[in-house]
Amino acid sequence: MEHIPLNFPFLAAALLMGVSFYIIIFKRNLIKLIMGIAILASGVNLFLVSLGYRAGGNAPIYTDVPEGPMVLPVPQALTLTSIVINVAVLALMLTMVIHIYRHTGDIDSKKSRILKG
Amino acid sequence: MDYLVTHSPALIVALPLVAAFVIPLISRAGPRVRNTFSLVIFSVIAFLVAILAVDVHTTGIHVYTFGATVSELALPGGYMVPVRIMFEVDGMSIFMGIIITTVALASLIYSLHFLKGQTGQARFYSLMMLLYAGMMGLAFTGDMFNLFVFLEIASIAGAGLAAYRTNMADAIEGGFKYIVISAISALMVLFAIGILYAQYNVLSIAALAHYMQYTTLDMMALGLLGGAFVMKLAGVPLHMWAPDTYTVAPAGTTPMILAASYTSMYALYRVTFSLYGGHLDTTAIGWVVIIVGVLSMFVGVMMAVHQTDIKRMMAYHAVSQGGYMLLGVGVGLAVLADPAALANYGRDAINGGIFHIINHVFYKALLFMTAEAIFFRIGTRDTNKMGGLARNMKWTTVFYIIGALAISGIPPLNGFASKLLIYEAVLRFNPILSVIAMFVSLVTLASFAKVFYSAFTGPEMPAYKEVKEVPKSMIIGMGILAACIIFFGIFPGLVVDTIVAPATDALINQASYINAVMGAVP
Repeated sequence: MEHIPLNFPFLAAALLMGVSFYIIIFKRNLIKLIMGIAILASGVNLFLVSLGYRAGGNAPIYTDVPEGPMVLPVPQALTLTSIVINVAVLALMLTMVIHIYRHTGDIDSKKSRILKG
Repeated sequence: MDYLVTHSPALIVALPLVAAFVIPLISRAGPRVRNTFSLVIFSVIAFLVAILAVDVHTTGIHVYTFGATVSELALPGGYMVPVRIMFEVDGMSIFMGIIITTVALASLIYSLHFLKGQTGQARFYSLMMLLYAGMMGLAFTGDMFNLFVFLEIASIAGAGLAAYRTNMADAIEGGFKYIVISAISALMVLFAIGILYAQYNVLSIAALAHYMQYTTLDMMALGLLGGAFVMKLAGVPLHMWAPDTYTVAPAGTTPMILAASYTSMYALYRVTFSLYGGHLDTTAIGWVVIIVGVLSMFVGVMMAVHQTDIKRMMAYHAVSQGGYMLLGVGVGLAVLADPAALANYGRDAINGGIFHIINHVFYKALLFMTAEAIFFRIGTRDTNKMGGLARNMKWTTVFYIIGALAISGIPPLNGFASKLLIYEAVLRFNPILSVIAMFVSLVTLASFAKVFYSAFTGPEMPAYKEVKEVPKSMIIGMGILAACIIFFGIFPGLVVDTIVAPATDALINQASYINAVMGAVP
């Protein structure tokens, strides 16, 4: 890990978020939209985890810890919560897409637009 | 009793959360048992909210720390920063709590009959409890991460409820839009929380506000939070989901989703006032809020005028009325750093903006319920197909008139009270804004009058000869809200003094919010 600059994960997170916003705004397929949101979630999660990372740090378990710095436990807890929540959100969105497909036979957001104006 | 008061913030969130998972089990014993159970749970919660409100209004901010030996103890001995999860209930939080609880109670009673004969009712009540728990948690929470968690709970439950009528294609689409918008805005909030945590290593709102340095990164976080909450509260230009979602949600839940939007507005105020208030010159932020408000008012009402779907028209009016609240509070925010202007008209502007939240939620909830009552009986929301309904649906007509007059700001109903406060205060800040607000109010009256004539008056239509008044539980649900509207309209001073002014003070007085948690820590 020594070779990788410390801000590398942040750049990766920014890249993921950029890609996801492109997908969310410009893609018309609803499944792709959901994938965009999943990528956005991954980007944010990566950002949170890399916040807590300390180079060469140990796992923050107090009972038997070697000398040296520990990584921050709080961002990991946050990330875990956020992953669980996102699973629920994505599952719900996919169920709704299935329903939309059943009703309209299409998952193109331009064509399945019933509500307008 | 003391025990109940102390633990009421936790109970208010925990009870509906537990009930949400118990309801599917209980409904095996039959719909009657389930309905009674839901009603009892909500009555208990309403009682808890009432005693908590009395406590907050008499003794000040109520801090509840989870897992502490003494629940008021925010800082365990030797710690400089709060490490435990906590709820911090101040005047503004309990104000939102009162709104949400009243609306939830009315919606629940309304839904009892409305849902009769539909499938999946157990899940409906579960989701309603979850949505309620999410909103209350959002209003009470004292730390940023729980704000995100409760925002997501409310979003998921809200989207599930909006798409409840899965047999209708538009319902699914409205629900889908809601969950997409919610997911994106929640992730933006989470990203902003990450930025704040990276700098200050704390999550508690009070501690963050205490250590806030107003760096460039903080401003980025503020932008993300603001954008996310404006998206969730349907401010123009991010309002596109609101008409769709409000239109398709079943009647009992449209008011709840509406209240959820205003809980996001509460989060916006909490962030701008309590988190960033302090030493930052908030004039620029205030102007942004004002511009969003004026745009929402104007675009919302202009889009509403030509709608033929009755609920869609009301939904656009909801966007427009949201603009009034943003305008009022935005003016207060713009002069927050100027004590003279704040005392002169800023406080009144915030009072008006906040008073308008409760008024709007009540009359718009009532209007949505009347629209859905019509849909319940005649099966269409198209105003061109309606006519002569006043002959058979007398109560619905009366409630519609009350709601329509209230939203148009006709005295002596509650909409007039809060709009007058906003007009007066804004006039002293910038007369043009006040004129726009009055103009929007006139257009609102015109568009509701149009619907009234096409739906309720006119000759009896042969197709609707057999139409009956809606069942009793729906009338009671609407009646609760109508009674509140009339009461608030007749005694606006009383209401402003007892619940609105403490909320305003809680927002303006950032130091007391911080000190409630950080104590005497330098």
